[in-house]
Amino acid sequence: MSFVIEAPGMMASVQDLGRPGYARLGVSRGGAADRGALRLANRLVGNPEDAAGIEVTAGGFQAYAERDLLLAVTGAVGPVRIGGRAVGTNAPETWRHGESLEIGAPTASLRSYLGVAGGVATTVVLGSRSYSRLGDLGAPLSAGERVPVGRAPGKHPVVEHAAVPPPATCELTLAATLGPRAGWFDEAARATLLAESFTVTGELDRTGIRLDGPAIHRMTDAELPSEGMMRGAVQIPAGGRPIIFLSDHPATGGYPVPLVLTPAAADAAAQLVPGMSVRFALCG
Amino acid sequence: MQLLPCGSEALLAQFDSLEEALDFDAAVGAAAIHGVVETVPAARTVLVIFDPLATGPDLLAGHLRRVASRPASPRPAEANQIIEIPVVYDGPDLDGVARHLGIAPAEVVGRHTACLWRVGFAGFAPGFAYLLGDGSLEVPRRAEPRVRVPAGSVALAGEFGGIYPRDSPGGWQLIGRTDAVLWDAARPEPALIVPGRHVRFVAVAP
Repeated sequence: MSFVIEAPGMMASVQDLGRPGYARLGVSRGGAADRGALRLANRLVGNPEDAAGIEVTAGGFQAYAERDLLLAVTGAVGPVRIGGRAVGTNAPETWRHGESLEIGAPTASLRSYLGVAGGVATTVVLGSRSYSRLGDLGAPLSAGERVPVGRAPGKHPVVEHAAVPPPATCELTLAATLGPRAGWFDEAARATLLAESFTVTGELDRTGIRLDGPAIHRMTDAELPSEGMMRGAVQIPAGGRPIIFLSDHPATGGYPVPLVLTPAAADAAAQLVPGMSVRFALCG
Repeated sequence: MQLLPCGSEALLAQFDSLEEALDFDAAVGAAAIHGVVETVPAARTVLVIFDPLATGPDLLAGHLRRVASRPASPRPAEANQIIEIPVVYDGPDLDGVARHLGIAPAEVVGRHTACLWRVGFAGFAPGFAYLLGDGSLEVPRRAEPRVRVPAGSVALAGEFGGIYPRDSPGGWQLIGRTDAVLWDAARPEPALIVPGRHVRFVAVAP
């Protein structure tokens, strides 16, 4: 069983929930940038949550099925068509042999997830099928590439549709807790970080998102010895403009981290598009 | 040891030295604490990543404090394994490094091969690790980084040694090259040099 990529769009790649265990060797966990969306796509087609699917960036994706398949598209809000007919997102849909699936440009959010019953069955490298640019593992999908699909679970999923709240389109508030280097910033800098709104710049990929806004200055000029980094870490480089780390983040980094997003907020951050604004809110 | 918060899935343990951090990292590995997913040793810290469904920050903090309070246990046998790296010492910065240190190029090679280097922590590329020597080869980074440093370049910067696992830009001083494969994702152990182990460089003819 398989489908064939006709157009990958800006970037499409195979992603699962990543490869824990190799950060000590310089390869962070990686995996789907919006883990919640991949999990949902898998649940909708009856897969285990950690099965591999396709992460599509900003639509423009087209593929045809070489067998009858069952799919679900989650994540970004936008047009999805199978064989030319419009179908819903966040719902299992039948994808007939020979039909083209099109995931169009999103009207909100950035990344769509294509789950197929049986899961994408490309080769496992270091415990995962995820493409990692930083780890130099795998490659983005290209036109003409055949994507193998595993054996579908025996029973048809019972859920017809998952209700998903509409994504933010202008401003998003990201829940966070204090990070390991909150103490490197004085009261005023912390207040600015938590009170002001920041703009998502075009410097955005699976590694991270560079924000623009009021500069956040640290109290000390001391060099921070490199330390381990997490998905969702908000790093403040010397210039003072925050960077949010997404799933393909470097395993270690040398700039202080005053905030770490909750896993759900890190998922939401992966759906930010340039021009949107974000605020940080302390939780727990 | 100081434990710092790092989101809902990790704690950052901080130490006064890299040696302490590496000992703690090895001890956490040996303790096989329930819910710990992986650890990331670095210059002064160990990031302990956990599964929040299997443990919690308070419970884990208790385990980590107990591990830290125990005297350093002898390192497991594989930690004492010495990885030998054959090197052709003809790097473009060898003479510059010698001049900076006020010694002959042959003495740079002598010091580099005499020292037992401890693998510190992973760096900017898979398979890259900062190596800690005996302090006799401290040199600054190059003023202008190179756009392309070939894979296998054996290099020095600050108090560290290193080997470039793949072609990449870089500002380290290049003193030699090796054909050892530092990173191969198809191997069961993809990295040749792993934090906590030791490396010895051996001079070979080109």
